[in-house]
Amino acid sequence: MSEHKSIQAIEDELVEEFSLFDSWDDKYEYIIDMGKKLAPLENEHKLDENKVRGCQSTVWLVSEYNDGLIRFKADSDAIITKGLVSMLIRVLSNHTPDEIIDADLGFIQKIGMTTHLAQTRANGLLSMVKQMKNFALAYKIKNSMTHG
Amino acid sequence: MIESNTITKGLDVQAIRQQFPALNRQVKGQPLVYFDNAATTQKPQVVIDALVDYYTNYNANVHRGIHTLAEEATALFEASRNAARQFINASSREEIIFTRGTTEGINLVAYTWGRKNIKAGDEIIITEMEHHSNIVPWQILCEEKGAVLKMIPQRDGVLLLDEYKKLLSSKTKLVSVVHVSNALGTVNPVEDIITLAHQAGALVLVDGAQSTVHLDIDVQALDCDFFAFSSHKVYGPTGIGVLYGKKHLLEAMPPFQGGGEMIKEVTLEKTTYADLPYKFEAGTPNIGDAAVLKTALEFVTKIGKEKVRHHENELLAYATGLLKQIPGVTIIGNAPNKVSVVSFVIDKVHPQDIGILLDNRGIAVRTGHHCAQPLMVCYGIPGTIRASFAMYNTKEEVDKLIVGLEKALKMLL
Repeated sequence: MSEHKSIQAIEDELVEEFSLFDSWDDKYEYIIDMGKKLAPLENEHKLDENKVRGCQSTVWLVSEYNDGLIRFKADSDAIITKGLVSMLIRVLSNHTPDEIIDADLGFIQKIGMTTHLAQTRANGLLSMVKQMKNFALAYKIKNSMTHG
Repeated sequence: MIESNTITKGLDVQAIRQQFPALNRQVKGQPLVYFDNAATTQKPQVVIDALVDYYTNYNANVHRGIHTLAEEATALFEASRNAARQFINASSREEIIFTRGTTEGINLVAYTWGRKNIKAGDEIIITEMEHHSNIVPWQILCEEKGAVLKMIPQRDGVLLLDEYKKLLSSKTKLVSVVHVSNALGTVNPVEDIITLAHQAGALVLVDGAQSTVHLDIDVQALDCDFFAFSSHKVYGPTGIGVLYGKKHLLEAMPPFQGGGEMIKEVTLEKTTYADLPYKFEAGTPNIGDAAVLKTALEFVTKIGKEKVRHHENELLAYATGLLKQIPGVTIIGNAPNKVSVVSFVIDKVHPQDIGILLDNRGIAVRTGHHCAQPLMVCYGIPGTIRASFAMYNTKEEVDKLIVGLEKALKMLL
């Protein structure tokens, strides 16, 4: 049986996981841990054109589209940012363009990310989300052109 | 209550702290440790009160109307100009132009003096440690005029004056130099820079954004041609600053912006401009903040810059010593003559991660390129972590920074 969890289910999982932490120190530790565990991006992908604009640190984000599902890969020179993008990958990767486009990503707010992170960094997070949704939209359009 | 005689010997930091209400704030559940003073200082209660007092009791437009409020507002506005004149020892009040801040002051010179006097092939010299506000206006001007922008190089936070001498020539029309580097804290030898520039026949603009709060400024002794600073880095309100210019230069310069206030007479054919300083103050100025600048400058003078400097330098030495003991830390900028700014990087750690984790402990530092990207390129780094100290900071706060850093590194590495 395939383990295809919905985006919402993964978001709920993350909210649940973060609810176990009392302090932001612990939350950051968890985010940092996720950053460290994210598979490193091959150097060939670390190109200017793969950079996400609007982050104080450098974030590279690439996507692949196979069998109707999008897979994201990313890296950052800052570990907390890498943890944040790792969370987004966990939520959004391996889903269809439509699922990604429709994701409301309420978990970001629920785990307190938007209120805790200063606005500029929150914007960096939103830039990553926007970039991922843009990829999904691009694949969707490409699909409709080849199949439609 | 604070006894006034506790202030006479050294700096009574606890008494000073009580005058800054923002320092009572909690950030992320911890008492705020504010180490971003090079970006902007917190404001003492007297400054906050003066702002409220201005809008409560005096608000009116200046230099117009004969009613009482207008006259009183004008008197406050002009008294502040006098206070600024005194603070930097300009010879006359006509030489004190109110601006939005240092950036606008530099732009004013670039757009008026620069447009009139810079021609194709002329050269303007800046330094490698300029803030973008002392780079971009000159780039725009040079591009427009076909002039050439040159940079005095630095090594480990010290300008290379021998290289500067090689850059100077009869083509040099202006040297625009930062007095104190915002990213490194270096106090540049502006006296020598000015003397050498004048020998070459060039004018000198000094960017005093970072120096004015720390150093005693005497524009006549310096003999600089222009000097710009911002109120908000000298414990005053945001949105107001001062451009000093030598009177004969300001008189010969065309106006910056057109509008009310800056004119003597307007007909459809010809407008004659107002006398100094009003020629450069088109439109209704930022009266409230300008009026309160006086309060801030008097606050600084009353406490005494020398005492504050002594205290801040102690904090700098203390923090620098402790930071050097943390494995992987490299101090960026080790000039012998510095103000209380310490910039550093840590091996294998992005400054932003440190900034986030320190913020989580209520500690405010600056991370990034500090609007000095050419300087960061010299060092081959994306940015630094910068702690900058003010009169109200304490060694206990530095200790918190060190503990915060150690905990952050434990999490990150």
